[in-house]
Amino acid sequence: RDSQQADIKYLSRWKKWKRNSSKSVKKILSEAKGLSSYLVLWRHHIHKIEGRFGTGIQSYFSFLRFLVLLNFIIFILMFSFVTLPIIISSYGIFNSTIAKVSSKNIEYNCTIYEPSGNKGLVYFYTYLQDLLSGTGFLEVTSLFYGYYATDAVWISIMRYNLPLAYLLTACAYLALSLFWIIKRLVGGFKQNLVHDADPFQSYCNKVFAGWDFCITDPNAAQLKHRSLKYELQMDLEEERQKEKIAHRTMKEKLRIYSLRIFINIIVLAILSGCFYSIYRVTVFSQEKSSDMNTNSQASLFVQYLPSIVITLANFIGPQIFSFLIQFEDYLPASEIIMTLIRCVFLRLANIGVLMFSLWSQISDCAADKCEPCGYNYKLYPCWESDVGQEMYKLMIFDFIIILSVTLFVDFPRKLLVAHCSCKLVQWFGLPEFRISDNVLEIIYGQTICWIGTFFSPLLPAIATVKYFIIFYIKKISLIHTRKPADKPIRASSSNLFFLAVLLIGLVLAFIPVGVSIAVIPSSKACGPFKNFNTSWEVVPDTIILKFPKVLQQAVFGMASEAFAVPFFIVICLIMFYFIALAEAHKRVVDQLKEQLVLESRDKMFLIRKIAEAQRH
Amino acid sequence: QELTFLSKQEILLAYKRFSELLPKEERENACSRRVPKSHILTLPELRANPFQHRICHVFSTSESGDDSISFEDFLDMLSVFSDSATSDIKSCYAFRIFDFDDDGTLDRKDLEQLVNCLTGQGEESRLNSMEMEQLIQNILEESDIDKDGTINLSEFQHVVSRSPDFASSFKIVL
Repeated sequence: RDSQQADIKYLSRWKKWKRNSSKSVKKILSEAKGLSSYLVLWRHHIHKIEGRFGTGIQSYFSFLRFLVLLNFIIFILMFSFVTLPIIISSYGIFNSTIAKVSSKNIEYNCTIYEPSGNKGLVYFYTYLQDLLSGTGFLEVTSLFYGYYATDAVWISIMRYNLPLAYLLTACAYLALSLFWIIKRLVGGFKQNLVHDADPFQSYCNKVFAGWDFCITDPNAAQLKHRSLKYELQMDLEEERQKEKIAHRTMKEKLRIYSLRIFINIIVLAILSGCFYSIYRVTVFSQEKSSDMNTNSQASLFVQYLPSIVITLANFIGPQIFSFLIQFEDYLPASEIIMTLIRCVFLRLANIGVLMFSLWSQISDCAADKCEPCGYNYKLYPCWESDVGQEMYKLMIFDFIIILSVTLFVDFPRKLLVAHCSCKLVQWFGLPEFRISDNVLEIIYGQTICWIGTFFSPLLPAIATVKYFIIFYIKKISLIHTRKPADKPIRASSSNLFFLAVLLIGLVLAFIPVGVSIAVIPSSKACGPFKNFNTSWEVVPDTIILKFPKVLQQAVFGMASEAFAVPFFIVICLIMFYFIALAEAHKRVVDQLKEQLVLESRDKMFLIRKIAEAQRH
Repeated sequence: QELTFLSKQEILLAYKRFSELLPKEERENACSRRVPKSHILTLPELRANPFQHRICHVFSTSESGDDSISFEDFLDMLSVFSDSATSDIKSCYAFRIFDFDDDGTLDRKDLEQLVNCLTGQGEESRLNSMEMEQLIQNILEESDIDKDGTINLSEFQHVVSRSPDFASSFKIVL
């Protein structure tokens, strides 16, 4: 403080003014930051969790918060551009009217579509069933695609092209999710790329940055001590194993590699078993649900069959994988990574197989089933709503499972462990909070939400509410019933891992949505795209009708090969440039490190010289 | 406020917490009082920390060497541990905290004590001597650039700047 005041005397007036103004700007900024930190959702909760359980688990909850926000924004987007115009016009606000899609030029058979709706007196039980399976009264609401059978909405004199808006909003939400995830990913990735040059930092990182100074609870501190000790021991163990592997004989290598190939074959067999069963079950469920009497209990079970099978596969698969990996004799770190890769693949591929089986059902064109309309119109008069219903059922079922596992498995287990002191129960112990399993669970739910939003515009709202409730459930379950996992996961790498898997899920979600928009003919009996061959046709049609000639030519030119190939080449060149830049930076880092060594050597040399000179 | 990295709210909160540590009669002029070490260690943020004694020692400016903390020392400490402190400052203070014998370098004994602090108090939670040897060997291999068997401040800062977890773990928020 004294030195600062001494400085002030010697500054000219201009500099004084500049300094004062920058100080006041900084003050304003810090006040604004203080205010805005109050607005961050759940800031206090996450801080408490961080204090008790460390940064690994806290990163899971921050990830959950990110998903809640993402889903909420997607919901706002879809709602305001798609649902809101229809609501406005049905109440006649702003002098608005609807122009319904006329089914001209369409074969009559294709347009037969009778959703059961609410006809006359029904049992209360039917309401519940409809709520759970998305059929019945729910099918005709704005929840599903079939409701949006409007061609345009007239607000005073402006014409709001609803089909175009629907399609563009679908593209927009996918693009928004992609952009947001990549933005978050890049931040963490930048650091990783530079540090990747030196894999030898792990010990120093663990020892110097290992203790999490945020921990306030003595129990958590104990846990942290133990986990640090475990981690250090594991690393040392791994190093010794690496030494051992380097000295393996030829015979041993052959044995281990053949064992690994064998186990991978088993894993592939299990995966294909899962996929095949999901395919068969989906086909079975789709066929049966249209035949069966919808008021029977069994029909609810049949409708939920795909969800049940997928959840079972997602539950059993990882257990089997973690059992098998023990025989493969990998390094401990590689073991974890291998198991994670297999689990991720299992979960995302399950969704892929479900979508594929639905698609094969819809475009099942054997025996002239889809003659006039291009898709299997007898079974699926309005196939987009059906797909939307499947996604809706998956989401509801996922939510029910998470709730019931927490309520009916974790809490009784904790009560049992606390009150019953027999050996078997104590050996089972409290369940651990496995971060990777929980994260894969919510990524699975999010992928379903992304796929389903095109077919069911209000699905993100359900997802937001679902994740909101899951946050509190997981938090309560964590505090009361679980002990944190023994195997620690570092905060820096786990954030990247979650985001990377989420990105894979998003890319996976592009495929069904893209295929539905561009390849499968849109259903002629419902929805805003009745008059078009495929949903994507709205865009070229609008361009031809509405845009001036010059713009039309420009847009069509962009889509042609003459533009695409040079564009691709330019992108490749830019990518190579950045890779070369990164290499150059790495080299600079190495050189600077060498300089540091030389510097300290110089210092030693000088000190020796001084000592010598002093002696003389 | 210009001297620290803390915001106005944080300083006020720190003042409140600091005055709670003093006995009732002395709360009036908390700014000039010193709190003995035993009281500081009752703060929840420091209670579970294995480096509590070192932290008190490093931040205390008391001439009598009893490691008591005045309000300015307290603010100093919170400022270094806050989110907005630069990593230079953090690594400088971390070096001082880890330097158990206060000789300006981290030698093998310092590293051994550091690892023991990390793995916990008590005999059964320490690494055995073979593992300790291997670990210290590895650490020195990674960070000791001039190969003199000790880690000085610039080597430490170099190592820490490339450590991705340092910024997020070396912080205390009230």
